[in-house]
Amino acid sequence: MYSIEANQLTKQFGEFTAVDHICFQVREGEIFGFLGANGAGKTTAIKMMSGLLLPTSGTATIAGYDILTQSKLIKKSIGYMSQKFSLYGDLTVFENMQLFGTIYGIPRRELKDRIMASLRELDMDKQANTLVDSIPLGWKQKLAFATAILHRPKIVFLDEPTSGVDPIVRREFWKLIYQAASKGVTILVTTHYMDEAEYCNRISIMAEGQIKLIGTPEELKQQMGVDTINDVFVKFVKR
Amino acid sequence: MSAICIENVSKSYGGKVKAVRDVTFSVEEGEVFGLVGPDGAGKSTLFNILTTLLLPDSGNIKMLGMDVIDDYKAVRQIIGYLPGTFSLYPDLSVQENLDFFAVMYKSSIAENMSIIEPIWKQISPFKDRKAGKLSGGMKQKLALCCALIHCPKVLFLDEPTTGVDPVSRKEFWDILKSIRKHGITVVVSTPYMDEATRCDRIAMIQEGKIIGINTPATFIENFKGKLYTFKSEDIFSLLNAMESCPLDCNYYPYGEHCHIAFYDDIATALPQFEKFLSDNNLQHDEIRAIAPSVEDCFIEIVQRDFSH
Repeated sequence: MYSIEANQLTKQFGEFTAVDHICFQVREGEIFGFLGANGAGKTTAIKMMSGLLLPTSGTATIAGYDILTQSKLIKKSIGYMSQKFSLYGDLTVFENMQLFGTIYGIPRRELKDRIMASLRELDMDKQANTLVDSIPLGWKQKLAFATAILHRPKIVFLDEPTSGVDPIVRREFWKLIYQAASKGVTILVTTHYMDEAEYCNRISIMAEGQIKLIGTPEELKQQMGVDTINDVFVKFVKR
Repeated sequence: MSAICIENVSKSYGGKVKAVRDVTFSVEEGEVFGLVGPDGAGKSTLFNILTTLLLPDSGNIKMLGMDVIDDYKAVRQIIGYLPGTFSLYPDLSVQENLDFFAVMYKSSIAENMSIIEPIWKQISPFKDRKAGKLSGGMKQKLALCCALIHCPKVLFLDEPTTGVDPVSRKEFWDILKSIRKHGITVVVSTPYMDEATRCDRIAMIQEGKIIGINTPATFIENFKGKLYTFKSEDIFSLLNAMESCPLDCNYYPYGEHCHIAFYDDIATALPQFEKFLSDNNLQHDEIRAIAPSVEDCFIEIVQRDFSH
């Protein structure tokens, strides 16, 4: 079964077509890189797939639910983390996870154990009572990811999760992504770091609202006759 | 003469957060100087101090011989500043924004057209559009025009390419190259290590401290480990297995490749590593020596604590 299945998904804002009849599938447990230039339509597509925005036409099924009619069920089945840091700085690490865990309806008796287990995995259990504002950005991003998967979603949408993060923490973050994927969580991730595109099982490249290229990193490099995804991207956008 | 001399500059917020710690370096005239480091490293605080917008707790800064604190009004006349967040007037058109900045600096567009021309050519077709309605890349180009319209001697660019796609990033750096022809000193910050190679010299900054300062080529020459690369189908299993690797090495994924820097005698380390991989059933292709990139250097300096 596919975790994500977009079928002619389209969004128009007035005259402007932000997302133009995109069709693609993502398998369960796959790490899917959703690439494109600024303004290519990635964020609009992610908003539709996460049930935050209705399409003008076409549809998508997310974890088996239809975005047109079952957006509430979709929101329960997905996690979301954006480039903008989305935790509360004046709450502690634990309080943030408690807040989001409660919103997602994790049973109270389970919540504390689940939070502590998650913090131990991150090696952050000693920081449980630290205010989020006072921990470094890289840690915040890892914490935001752990919070986004606390309710055990089937799919996680990551919108530029590593933007501005140092090269060491970026790699630690990707280890968390691999870990989640190995447990069967489907990952859809956007990034402007082309080396990170190489870490994905498959990638798509969007331009002008359409998916122009899709395949494994290896396939796309062969198709364009170049050695790196950066070159694929540059060659593709320039032509 | 140095364009900027920074001596022992520190800044903390509320006494607690030490944003900039005892930073000392200088930037030569006409140089493109990069400040490379992650978010929260102190880059923007340092920029705000250099552009006279924030007072340091301690330290001295001279900008073309002028004191940044005592002569701040004169310093403001000779610098251009592109802040990290979009700071033009969204309700004014492209043309109106540029006119506004020209008038504020008692300059005129005609006077300095030669400097901004290569950029202005790209945005002038939209000159009647409101600045708030421009795409991200176009906004940056307009902001750069506004920062250059009074022909500054020193130009500060705070993360001009963050969140910008690789093609637009390359275009932006090509523009910077054209600016330096006018003898303008450029100080630019970026979290993208690959962009560092386009600077004459770079300072790596982490947690408010300068951890290394050099030309990109010298950073690479000074890399202490023996760096090797190989490909593996299963990066995640490798990552997990490496936690029990007995060798003194740094291992990390690098795009489609894996990088490993050895700090033991390479003649014995390499066969030992190959044995480790085969003992753990980790398939791989040929393990080849390669030259490090600036990113490899940053990782080495931070992880091995080679900062000075």
